[in-house]
Amino acid sequence: MAEAIAVKEKEPLFSKKNRQLLIDPLDDHNPITVQVLGICSALAITTQVKNAVVMTLSVLVVLMLGNVIVSLLRNAIPDRIRIIVQLVVVAALVILVDQVLKAFVYDVSKQLSVFVGLIITNCIIMGRLEAFALANKPWPSFLDGIGNGIGYGIILVMVAVVRELFGSGKLFGIELLGNAAEKTGLYGMGYMNNNMVILPPMALIIVGIIIWIQRSRNTKLIETN
Amino acid sequence: MQELVNIFVKGIFIENMIFAYFLGMCSYLAVSKTVKTGVGLGAAVIFVLGVTVPINYLLENYLLKEGALVWLGEEYATVDLSFLSFIMFIAVIASMVQLVEMIVEKFSPALYGALGIFLPLIAVNCSILGGALFMQERQYSTIWEATSFGLGSGVGWLLAIVAIAAIREKIKYSHVPPALRGLGITFILTGLMGIAFMSFMGIEL
Repeated sequence: MAEAIAVKEKEPLFSKKNRQLLIDPLDDHNPITVQVLGICSALAITTQVKNAVVMTLSVLVVLMLGNVIVSLLRNAIPDRIRIIVQLVVVAALVILVDQVLKAFVYDVSKQLSVFVGLIITNCIIMGRLEAFALANKPWPSFLDGIGNGIGYGIILVMVAVVRELFGSGKLFGIELLGNAAEKTGLYGMGYMNNNMVILPPMALIIVGIIIWIQRSRNTKLIETN
Repeated sequence: MQELVNIFVKGIFIENMIFAYFLGMCSYLAVSKTVKTGVGLGAAVIFVLGVTVPINYLLENYLLKEGALVWLGEEYATVDLSFLSFIMFIAVIASMVQLVEMIVEKFSPALYGALGIFLPLIAVNCSILGGALFMQERQYSTIWEATSFGLGSGVGWLLAIVAIAAIREKIKYSHVPPALRGLGITFILTGLMGIAFMSFMGIEL
């Protein structure tokens, strides 16, 4: 929630409506749990918190810049070929991100494998470009990009924390519960890692449970059917 | 020949796009409310995967890969354009989808009407680009293997969406906790189906 504090310092640019753009995607319009966007890459890379954070940052950068660029071009793009134009803008940004990752965090980039490339078709990006950037000015689009990127990241990191903590007893690679091989810490008392949580299908079930909790709290999101 | 069948079957069951890699989840969740639309989209995905994977295979091997440009002359043997692969693949996919849309509209207006918005949406279905990127990563040795992989993944995707659509049609009559209705229960069901599909994982083909 650091954004909420930063927002108050620069008041003129952040009118009430603009602040809403930032805060809405965190809960009421969360890209993953409410808009159902960006599930594809979100689930496969959440076995470690580190990967989730890197993925979030990549998506945040692409979404932010993509929103601004498409918003600037919005009056120049012919309607019929807009999907191709959007894909080219996004693909160019993703190539940049991919090359930066390869240069600075090579091992993480290796683990994310094809999923960095799949940011191009991450529905969250196309979805926001279509639904927001094509119809709004660059500044609100920029805020919308940040808000949705963070909303996506929150869910990603929550899933990753559960999976890494219960699956391998670590957070950010630090052994919180002791060493499993040497039977120290909790493992000395007979605790075992739950290997099930590492398996891909459990990610879906964890997101399902997050949706359950969120909608129990926030009852206006419940689907009538 | 046996190798081709192996890749095909592997694509359907062991390396199922939805249950093993979670690719194409967005349209999978959005379009799986009824079996009918699910089948339509699934068929379109099979077609697009079956066409774009071989095309991208040719691009990869005669244009992008390191040493792929050797047919132009010896001095091009060290050129590595693989950083361009995303943009090339997505351009092929987007134009193929546009082409498929035009062909279907011209020759079968009924099918076009039935598929509606889902046809252009295939361009941003992660499983299509995912298919191209997996093809690149696994380095299939012939174009036939690549085609077989594309078709197999497509059939696997169809299978997955039809299965979940059938379950969702039935689950309307069940007492699901209100907060889990719709999206929540679909996630959990997909997870359980994924666990079931994991029983194929030990099979060596």
